[in-house]
Amino acid sequence: MTTPLKRAPRKSRPDRKAWTFLAPFLAVYLFAMILPIFYAIYQSMLKVERSGPLGLGEPKVVFAGFENYSVALQQTTFIESFGRVLLFGIVQVPVMLLLALTLALLLDQVSNRWAGLMRATYFLPYGIPGVIATILWGFLYVPGVSPINDVLGDMGFQPDFLGYDNVLWSIANIVIWEFAGYNMLIIVAQLKSIPQELYEAAKIDGAGPWQTAFRIKIPLVRPALVLTCVFSIIGTMQLFAEPLVLRKIAPAVTNDFTPNLSAYFDAFANANVYMAAAKSVILAVVAMVLSFGFLSLVNRKQRSER
Amino acid sequence: MSATTTTTSTTGEQTTPPAKPVRTAKGPRALRPGRIVLVAVLTVAALYFLLPVYWLVIAATKSNASLYSSFGLWFDAPQLLHNLGKVFSYDNHVYLQWALNSLLYAGVGAVLATLLSAAAGFALAKYRFAGREAVFKFVLAGVLLPSTALALPLYLMFSKLGLTNTYWAVLIPSVVSPFGVYLCRIYAESAVPDTVLEAARVDGAREERIFFTLVLRMMTPALVTVFLFQFVHIWNNYFLPLVMLSDDRKYPITLGLVTWKEASDRVPELTQYTIGGAFVSVIPLAIAMLVLQRYWRTGLTEGSVKE
Repeated sequence: MTTPLKRAPRKSRPDRKAWTFLAPFLAVYLFAMILPIFYAIYQSMLKVERSGPLGLGEPKVVFAGFENYSVALQQTTFIESFGRVLLFGIVQVPVMLLLALTLALLLDQVSNRWAGLMRATYFLPYGIPGVIATILWGFLYVPGVSPINDVLGDMGFQPDFLGYDNVLWSIANIVIWEFAGYNMLIIVAQLKSIPQELYEAAKIDGAGPWQTAFRIKIPLVRPALVLTCVFSIIGTMQLFAEPLVLRKIAPAVTNDFTPNLSAYFDAFANANVYMAAAKSVILAVVAMVLSFGFLSLVNRKQRSER
Repeated sequence: MSATTTTTSTTGEQTTPPAKPVRTAKGPRALRPGRIVLVAVLTVAALYFLLPVYWLVIAATKSNASLYSSFGLWFDAPQLLHNLGKVFSYDNHVYLQWALNSLLYAGVGAVLATLLSAAAGFALAKYRFAGREAVFKFVLAGVLLPSTALALPLYLMFSKLGLTNTYWAVLIPSVVSPFGVYLCRIYAESAVPDTVLEAARVDGAREERIFFTLVLRMMTPALVTVFLFQFVHIWNNYFLPLVMLSDDRKYPITLGLVTWKEASDRVPELTQYTIGGAFVSVIPLAIAMLVLQRYWRTGLTEGSVKE
């Protein structure tokens, strides 16, 4: 582009350039995030139909409407998988956030040098990929290798971390281990943004550390808690890598253990991509509804409090 | 920055963390029971978070046999270098290939994601145009999209386009970071003054030049954060490469190690190689986490303060 009038910057509206800067991002965003959704919705409305006697004829892809959805929603194991991740989330998310909040508040009481080291230690697991974390914890769960089992065995306990009743909570432990430090850091960031004057005012009013924590810090880190809670809900619904890796050593983890696993095995083990697409769409919708629902619940509560 | 206040005179455990650490008199405080409980809780938490990593360090030095026969939390005839040599040479140096792939996916993906986010965030922060808020909301919706639920639809689409089992299949989705755009917008709003942009325009600089020479530099702290987050996000990703790639020479480390782990039923020494491979991939990242800690903090503050 050559402009003959070089010294007329006012005339060339700079605001129009906004789209030039936005275009590269928007192009990939549309292609790799938005388009797949519509493609999945389209695929979820197809099915393979076999004609001829015994269904041995030429397979043909035909329009199926909402048939895949109704079949998926009638699969007991698929519905149960939602129940399982929901139960998982109801326990795991509060435990993790409580741990994150407690650690953040406690770190606020120690000298900076210690706090920095501790913070980094708690945050470290976030840098370890979920599947590698699962491989590591898997070794710590398996009798024979696990030092935890050795120590508990010496004390007379025989824990079965991978049994039917426990495996869900063993996975919860892995997820807490991975993300508690990350969530703690978000809360710490919010704590740091609280103006110092508030603390001084509280001290003049005679507030102790407990009162300061409950009356000032926790209410003020609420936005961070809401944020971490939403991300945790979305993450819980998508639970996938941890159970998939544990499947090898824990027979309790079935192919329908979580909704995501169920969709994955439909696509790659049962070669039914149309059903897999329908299940992905259902999962995405449920995750969105839950996170938006939680957000509006929080907002309504906030409004009524004012 | 708050000027250091009168926290020195605290009688309780009220040492709020100001910019400078205020060293208070240690004597009476060190012995308070509350203080001991505090330190104990923090230490127990640290042990919990370090346990698997500590186990990994010990296990990486053991032979396959002593992995099962010796106590997991202490050394037994260490042979770390021998083990690592085996990890790297096994199956025609496939581990090295995986490591390079991981670096390629995460490195290139994160650089491109950062640049795209910076440009988009800057545009949303500093230009006035019709549809600006609509675009921003549209991008924000992407933050709430469940990314693993998207991997399967992406696979269906990419297989139609013939893109599966290529490097592109993992790279293209990796350069999108709606959260990065959000963070860059918020940061640019406060860190890029309009007066500087105006001055550069008066001097005749074109918008592209202003962006690449001035704006990017002013946004550096936010860009480092976006880069780190995206790097870790891609590095940790498992579902996307799992569905996209079938050729094990294109695998990232995560996928490769799981393959080894699953094959260890048939090839017992792969158990030790899985542990060695995990050790090699975890240690550099752990060091990076510790060193780059302050960048994570600044970025998250930027992200959550505006909530």
